[in-house]
Amino acid sequence: MVWKTSEYSGWGRVQHATAELARPERASTLKSTLADTPCPAIGNCRSYGDAPLNDGGRAIDMTRLNRILDFDAETGVVTVEAGITIATLAKVFAPKGWLPAVMPGTGFATVGGCIAQDVHGKNHHNEGSFGQHVLSITLLNGTKRTVATPGRNAGLFRATMGGIGQTGVIAEAKLQLKPCPGDVMMVTEQRAENWDTHLALLDASQASYCVGWIDATATGANLGRGIVEEAELAAGLLPKPKPAKTVPMNAPGFALSGPIVRTFNNTYYRRVPTSGRSSVKRIDEFFFPLDKIHDWNRLYGKRGFYQFQNVVPLDQADALKAMLSEIAGVGLASPLAVLKRMGPGRAGHMSFPMEGYTLAVDFPARDAAPELIAMLEDMTVDAGGRLYLAKDALATGPAIKAMYPEHSDWVKAVNKADADHALETDMVRRLDLRTAGDAS
Amino acid sequence: MTQNCWIILGATSSMARGFATAVADQGASVILAGRDMDDLKRSAADMSVRGVDAVAMKFDARDSATFAPIIARAEHMEGVINAAVFVGSMPSQDAIDADPNLIEGVVQDSHTGPATFLTQLAPVIEARGAGTVVGVGSVAGDRGRIGNYVYGSAKAGFATYLSGLRNRLTRSGGHVVTVKPGFVDTAMTWSVDGMFLVASPEAVAKDILKAVEKQKNVIYTPFFWRYIMLIIRNIPEFIFKKMSI
Repeated sequence: MVWKTSEYSGWGRVQHATAELARPERASTLKSTLADTPCPAIGNCRSYGDAPLNDGGRAIDMTRLNRILDFDAETGVVTVEAGITIATLAKVFAPKGWLPAVMPGTGFATVGGCIAQDVHGKNHHNEGSFGQHVLSITLLNGTKRTVATPGRNAGLFRATMGGIGQTGVIAEAKLQLKPCPGDVMMVTEQRAENWDTHLALLDASQASYCVGWIDATATGANLGRGIVEEAELAAGLLPKPKPAKTVPMNAPGFALSGPIVRTFNNTYYRRVPTSGRSSVKRIDEFFFPLDKIHDWNRLYGKRGFYQFQNVVPLDQADALKAMLSEIAGVGLASPLAVLKRMGPGRAGHMSFPMEGYTLAVDFPARDAAPELIAMLEDMTVDAGGRLYLAKDALATGPAIKAMYPEHSDWVKAVNKADADHALETDMVRRLDLRTAGDAS
Repeated sequence: MTQNCWIILGATSSMARGFATAVADQGASVILAGRDMDDLKRSAADMSVRGVDAVAMKFDARDSATFAPIIARAEHMEGVINAAVFVGSMPSQDAIDADPNLIEGVVQDSHTGPATFLTQLAPVIEARGAGTVVGVGSVAGDRGRIGNYVYGSAKAGFATYLSGLRNRLTRSGGHVVTVKPGFVDTAMTWSVDGMFLVASPEAVAKDILKAVEKQKNVIYTPFFWRYIMLIIRNIPEFIFKKMSI
C-alpha cells in the first residue's frame, strides 16, 4: 500500500499533476521505496508553479519524515529529517535561543524544499540564502546514499542548493542555527510615498530584517508607494497568538477585482501613520504573516494565480520601476506584492539571489496575466536579472538558462548524480532544464 | 504532580507518535517500543531534543521475549506506569485468502501479542494502585465485513480482552480505555480506496488523551463513528450478509 494516485498542484494552483504518491513514515520505508522506484520528492508544495509536479509519474511526499535527529545546544547545529517545517524549527528552538538563520515567507516550507529552492528571507542582505547555512546533506538516489558538504562532494552540494531536487532525494540535513535573544520581534513600519523614497529607505536600512510591501496598483506620483518594515529579534513578553483561520472554499472571481484591490491597498497603506509606528510581534506573526490564514490561495478562486518574482542588479532599478509601471497600468495585481533589496548571498549554481532589488507580485490567473508576465520576463532578461524557480510557471527554457550563468555546471553535476533522469519534474521538462543551453 | 511514564507499543506509527507527543507535552516520560529500532531511535532523539525523557526499546508482538525488558524498565521508573497499544497488522483480505497462514500473524500482532504483554504488566499497575491502559482497536472489530474480517476479528478479540482487563484493573485503581478509530490518515490507510471523513493522527491522539483524562471506557474517534457503527451494528444479519461495505 505504498502508492496512491493523487491530483496535486503547487501553491498557485494553476498547474496540476496526477501522480502516484508515496508518503513514508519511517526512514527505512523511504529507503526501500526509493531503492525500488527512484523518483523526485515533494514537501508541502509551497512552490507556486510546477517545481513539485510530476504528472504521470511518481513522487515521495516527505512530510511525515519530520524529526529532529540531533542538536548541539553549545553550537546551535541541528540535524533534521528533510520533511520538518521551518515553523516547527522556529517553535522548538526559539525558546532555546536559536532560530533558522534564514526563514522564508511561509513556515509551512520544509527544510528539503528550502534547500531545493535555496530560499531567502527578510534578512537576505545580511545572512544570505538558506543554503549558506546548510552544513551537510544526505541524498538518496536509488540505492545510493551520499553525504555532501561544502567541502566534501562540493560539486554535488552546490548543485543541490537551489537544484530543485534533481541531485537526489534530500533525506536529512545538518543546519547551523543562528543565536536569537528571545522570541519576539521589534518591528517598525514607515510609509514610502513613491518609488524613489521606497528604494532610498531600503538602501538606507541598517536593520537585520527589512522588507517593503508595495502597492502594485498605485500609479502616477504614487507609483511604487508602500510600507517599509524593519525588524530586530528581541527578548520580551510574548503577545498571545491569534487563532488560525481557514479559507473554506474557492472565492468568486470578483473577490480580487481591480476596484477591491485598490481600495484594500489604499486602506492598508494608510493604516500606518505618516510618522511611522513600532510594535512587538511574535516571531511567527512577523515571518509567516499569511500562515494564519490556512489555504489562502483559495482567495484567488478556482483558476488559481501566478506569482511573478524577479531580481535585477542594483544599477537596473529604473528597469524594475518600468516593470512596476507596466504592472500598475494593467491593474491585475493583487495586494500581495513585495519589494526587497537583496545581498549577493547564494549557495548553488541555480540559486535565485543576486545583489539587487527583487520584486514579487501575485496575479490572479486571468487571461491577461500570462501575456503581462511574458513581457516582464523579457524586461528582466534585458535588465540582466533573473526569475525565481520557486515561483515560476510560465518562463521559457532559453530565458531561464541565459539568466543562470552556472547552468551548464549544474547540468553536468545533475546528470551525473541522476544519470537515469529519474528525478525530472514537470518544471524540468517544461524548461528542458537538464540540457545545457546554446550559450554554454 | 504525579510522575507519569507511558509505554507506547507500536510507536513507529503516526498515530502512536502523535499520542506520545501529546502525553510528553504534559510532562510524561515515554518508552517508545516497536520493531524498527533505527526509526524508534530517531523518534526518541526528536523527543529528547524537545526536552522529553524518551527511550527506544524493542517490542515484537510475535516475540514474547521482548516483553519482560520493557516491563522491567518501566518498573524502575517512579510514579504511574501507563501503556498504550497501537500495534496491529492489516494485510489485505485477498492476500489472506491466498495464504491463510497469514491469519496467525494478524492475530498475534493485533490481539494475542499485546494481550500477553498487558497481562504481564497488569500486576505492576495493581501494585501501584494506578495506571491507564489505552488499547487501540478498530471500528473493523465491531462487525465482520467481507473486506477485512480477519483483521476485524482480531481487533474484536482484543476489544473483549480490554473489556475484561478493565473489569480487573478497576478493582485496584487502574483503568482501561478502548479506542476505536475510524479512518485515520496513516501509512496503513494511505492507498486504501473508499476512505471518507479521514482524521489526522494528531486529532485522534488528542481525542485519546482527552478520554484518558476523563477516564472514558470506550471511545470512537472521531466521535461520529459511534453513530456510524451504531447503524452498522444494527443492520439485521440477513441484510448485512448481502452487503459489501
